[in-house]
Amino acid sequence: MATESIKYVAPDTENKVKTKVFPRPGQHTTGLVDWLTTIDHKKIGLMYGLTALFFLIIGGIEALLIRSQLWDHNMTVLTNREYNQMFTMHGTTMVFLVIMPLSAAFFNVIMPLQIGARDVAFPRMNTLSLWCFFAGGIILNLSWFFTGGSPAIGWFGYAPLTDTRFAEVIGDMGPDFWVFSLQILGVASLLASFNFITTIINMRAPGMTMMRIPVFTWMTLIVSFLIILAFPAITIALVELMFDRTYGTNFFDFLEGGKPHLWQHLFWIFGHPEVYILILPAMGIVSEVIPVFSRKPLFGYGLIVFSGAIIGFMGFAVWSHHMFTTGMGVVATSAFAMLTMLIAIPTGVKIFNWIGTMWGGRIRFDTPMLFALGFITMFMIGGFTGIMHSSVPIDAQHQDSYFVVAHFHYVLIGGALFGLFCGFYFWLPKMTGRMMNEKLGKFVFTLMFIGFNLTFFPMHYLGMIGQPRRTHTYNEGHGFETWNQIATIGAFILGVGIVIGIYQFVNSFFNKKLKPAGKNPWDARTLEWTLSSPVKEYNFARTPIIKARDQAWENTYGPKDIQSEKEPLDDHGVHMPDRSWWPLVTALGLFGMCLGMLFHRTIDPSGELVRDYTFAILGGVVMVTGIIMWALEGPGGYHLFPKEDEE
Amino acid sequence: MSEASAHALEHHEPVTSTGIPNKKVLMWAFLGSDCMFFGTLISTHLIYRKISATVGGNFLDIRDVFDIELTSFSTFILLASSLFMALAVSAIHKGNLKSTRWMLLGTIVFGAIFLACQVYEFTHFVHAPGNELTLSTYRGEPHVFGSTFYVLTGTHGTHVAIGVFWLLGWLAYSFTGKMSTVHALDVEICGLYWHFVDIVWIIIFPVIYLMEYAM
Repeated sequence: MATESIKYVAPDTENKVKTKVFPRPGQHTTGLVDWLTTIDHKKIGLMYGLTALFFLIIGGIEALLIRSQLWDHNMTVLTNREYNQMFTMHGTTMVFLVIMPLSAAFFNVIMPLQIGARDVAFPRMNTLSLWCFFAGGIILNLSWFFTGGSPAIGWFGYAPLTDTRFAEVIGDMGPDFWVFSLQILGVASLLASFNFITTIINMRAPGMTMMRIPVFTWMTLIVSFLIILAFPAITIALVELMFDRTYGTNFFDFLEGGKPHLWQHLFWIFGHPEVYILILPAMGIVSEVIPVFSRKPLFGYGLIVFSGAIIGFMGFAVWSHHMFTTGMGVVATSAFAMLTMLIAIPTGVKIFNWIGTMWGGRIRFDTPMLFALGFITMFMIGGFTGIMHSSVPIDAQHQDSYFVVAHFHYVLIGGALFGLFCGFYFWLPKMTGRMMNEKLGKFVFTLMFIGFNLTFFPMHYLGMIGQPRRTHTYNEGHGFETWNQIATIGAFILGVGIVIGIYQFVNSFFNKKLKPAGKNPWDARTLEWTLSSPVKEYNFARTPIIKARDQAWENTYGPKDIQSEKEPLDDHGVHMPDRSWWPLVTALGLFGMCLGMLFHRTIDPSGELVRDYTFAILGGVVMVTGIIMWALEGPGGYHLFPKEDEE
Repeated sequence: MSEASAHALEHHEPVTSTGIPNKKVLMWAFLGSDCMFFGTLISTHLIYRKISATVGGNFLDIRDVFDIELTSFSTFILLASSLFMALAVSAIHKGNLKSTRWMLLGTIVFGAIFLACQVYEFTHFVHAPGNELTLSTYRGEPHVFGSTFYVLTGTHGTHVAIGVFWLLGWLAYSFTGKMSTVHALDVEICGLYWHFVDIVWIIIFPVIYLMEYAM
């Protein structure tokens, strides 16, 4: 981030409280130390985004291996266990290490800019979330290298697949890695959500009332609430599972009184809100993009916001539709079927609002708009099959078939991923200061759109004629081959599209030949487009005073009385919080503690189980030290003195 | 330090949109989330209490293990600690450092007594002659009561222990000479946490312990 604008640095602010272990990085830190200790929400968002794109490639390779195995009947690309590991890792990676952190990347980078804030409420905690996400991702993928390899239990980890006695490999550690990694990722998501909630509720610029904040910020708020209320269920389920596996408790052990069914309930009480955690951010992005490229205000802002909130609220009351075939009884099944049908209403409302926004608008088909349109159409197909599943008898037919795979990939790729790519094409110029090549962008969209539909549309049919999901192969004579081959070809096309897209994103950070973006390349409507691209580290030199919902648009085209004003420059400058090492240290401690717990058991020569907690305790000590030092160092800070027109 | 920057650095709590300090919003959000943590644990316990109500063919009468007098005493102690906590918050708001210190100490001691009772209780339950309740068995038979009971009350105990260490941190800090009314908000937030952990116990005690005596 540019710091040329500093004309004066307060003399004493560089003189930090020095701790003996690490000196606190000062104002002019650059390079690696800057990235390791940064508390700037834009840099944190960038790291989230790039890491998630990296995991997207990993998860994609896993998906392509799955598709290669299914190319023809009785293929031997993967053994059955390897196949189970692939779909487990593919699902877990895509949900927790790709879609969620990509959403978190946009929350971090865009949300504070949209509400006129200089950073999130707790910048250091934001860094801790990032490092916990890193730690979780590393722990999950470390599982490949230890006893039993990766977990082969599905992303849902149903009991009794996770029971130690049913493991295919003696001493299988895969599920342990899965349990610890998801718990750390849960910590990361929870901390980030507390932070976003506080930021949106408390750090809005003057005049930015709740009904003026952009829809994307609204969706950030709703998703954050969903996370803090849904993640506890899975965290406790994972704690119970951890105790089952580590200390022999009987929570999910049906031989000793436990009920595997309880795991399904706890998992889906989290798992269904999680579906909305994955899709609502994409809906928020699309709600920002469509008005910009239709040159019309969003149709029915209030309705979109409230239907988002209702979706979030009702998302907690539909979890059992994932369990229709488990035999919950008629009353429970009917109630959940009805609620599931009801939740389609607010979702439909949003779709009509987007169509209403485009209606009569002057539509420009730039790449972000293409992805937004792709989102609406593909998400609708996923939504329709979703409504089909809310009907219990139909669900019983589709259960565990490829039809379900088709359904949720239409929602998660056609929906969430298209929405997130739309966000990249829309907001990356704001972050890099450079426009991306439109032709290449449209090529990426075309590849992804064609590849995606080739892959997943045939799966509807495959499911209907009976191909089971989560099964590593099929026999000759079912007529599965042709459509599976089309799906596999499509998957590779989709993969090529995604890789080119990622190349384009990364390239736009380095390629100086690209066209500069300027403040507002799309003639967009929200507050972030009033700032220079890339945004300065203090975001707003002067806090804006908000007078309208689409403030950037009104500033250009609106009447004088609803154009934003700015608070006067402060003589004591813009207060910037200091970088810190302690979030990294704390996360490292947590990482060490989890590794210590993973490896604390050994079998001595006489066959006795020996527990050695030294490493776990060491990790705990590092973590606690990190927290204490963090508290003692305080937010710190220095001042920047931007000139009036620099932002 | 120039006067301007000194002034700005003293600005601990920036003006917020709602007027509620950021840290307080954070703590309330966390407590909302924590409700769901305990909600899940308590539900797990109650579900299993209903569907796994027998052991070895007989009704599981956990009163043979429980020591209700001891638990009632420790419940009283934990609730009383909330009074000290409230007084500590009030004292630091008034800038009365000496009183803050004593009230913090009172909270810590009562919290520690509660924890000691829990350790004693757990040890006794595990070794109760003839009625051993372990993580995975009751009277030597596989059962799920021990799992849900120990993990639930243990999680609560962990919360209390974290609270005790947090308060110890404040007590230690009060001797550095830097503590003043500036920190009233931080102590208050610590208090929010402490009261919340108490409230959770107010639910756990009747639901997990007393209900066994009503049957």
